[in-house]
Amino acid sequence: MFNTIVEKYIMKNEDLYHYLLEIADNSLILGQRLGELTGHGPSLETDIACTNISLDLFGQVRSYFQYAGKIAGDGRTEDDIAMLRKEREYKNVLLVEQPNTDFAYTIARQFLFDVYHLLFLTELEKSKDLNLSAIAKKSIKEVRYHTRFSTDWVKRLGDGTEESHSKIQKAINDLWPYTNELFQVTEPCQAMIKKGVAVDVSQLKTNYYQKIEAVLNEATLKAPDLKYFQKGGKTGIHTEHMGYILSDLQYMQRTYPNMEW
Amino acid sequence: MASKKSWPLWEVFVRSKNGLEHRHFGSLHAADAEMALENARDVYTRRNEGVSIWVVESKHITASNPEHNGELFEPAQDKVYRHPTFYEVPDDVKHM
Repeated sequence: MFNTIVEKYIMKNEDLYHYLLEIADNSLILGQRLGELTGHGPSLETDIACTNISLDLFGQVRSYFQYAGKIAGDGRTEDDIAMLRKEREYKNVLLVEQPNTDFAYTIARQFLFDVYHLLFLTELEKSKDLNLSAIAKKSIKEVRYHTRFSTDWVKRLGDGTEESHSKIQKAINDLWPYTNELFQVTEPCQAMIKKGVAVDVSQLKTNYYQKIEAVLNEATLKAPDLKYFQKGGKTGIHTEHMGYILSDLQYMQRTYPNMEW
Repeated sequence: MASKKSWPLWEVFVRSKNGLEHRHFGSLHAADAEMALENARDVYTRRNEGVSIWVVESKHITASNPEHNGELFEPAQDKVYRHPTFYEVPDDVKHM
């Protein structure tokens, strides 16, 4: 009797824990990617803008991981969760781990994620889990600005010069196969949807593509017509880029365990 | 980078939290007013400095010529009676 109760309790928490990773790892890996641009932005102004967004995302990650640490209940800290997992244990979507390549790719990746992120947080704010709803409420203002920034830049590049137009179109085409995964409902997510905790992301899809296509139209860009999409990130199967990201991200903690800033 | 070089210069004015007026904070490059506002937000208000931003393209500012400082400013130096220091300000009046 006691064992079943304990088991049920652990299972419930395990789903929530994994669901938290699913949300937070997107911000963590995208934040890391943007952080790579520190000192490299195409101009001082865009460099600061991208790294500001990176810091916003890391801030959100901290709130999620502090909560995840409590859920795990075994003394794991936010840093342990961020730095000490193996590749397969990261649950971010493949979109956010794609490389910066050039400014067009950085903007296209940001735009394709931001539009989703804003829709997602708007729903997460209604979560029955008060911690999640509070984090969503705080993050949403930041993400509203991220969306404004990346949307403006998609329009500028698309409707800019011939060169900027072709570069941003190429980036949109190349990243498009990674968009569909955003709406994949995993098992932990499904379990949390039933409890009124998680967002049913599959419901966001139509709205997402409508919003994206409206901006692309305005930017004189075309939405690719694709039938096959990539997925895997949410279940821990990542692209070849992930190992390199993690070796950067984890280097200090792996080399000097328990070091503090 | 070629396009960045052709971005015009903008002057940024920020009203800080407790400030009553916008103050000149610095300048930056941007393609147009909208981008200048966003850049100003990121470059000058990320440490929670401001509640309002103005941007104006630098070329629209007409500046006095430093060579004319003598005729422009020196005549005011010996006219202390132009300072309203001879009035008593009631306690209730703030920000004088």
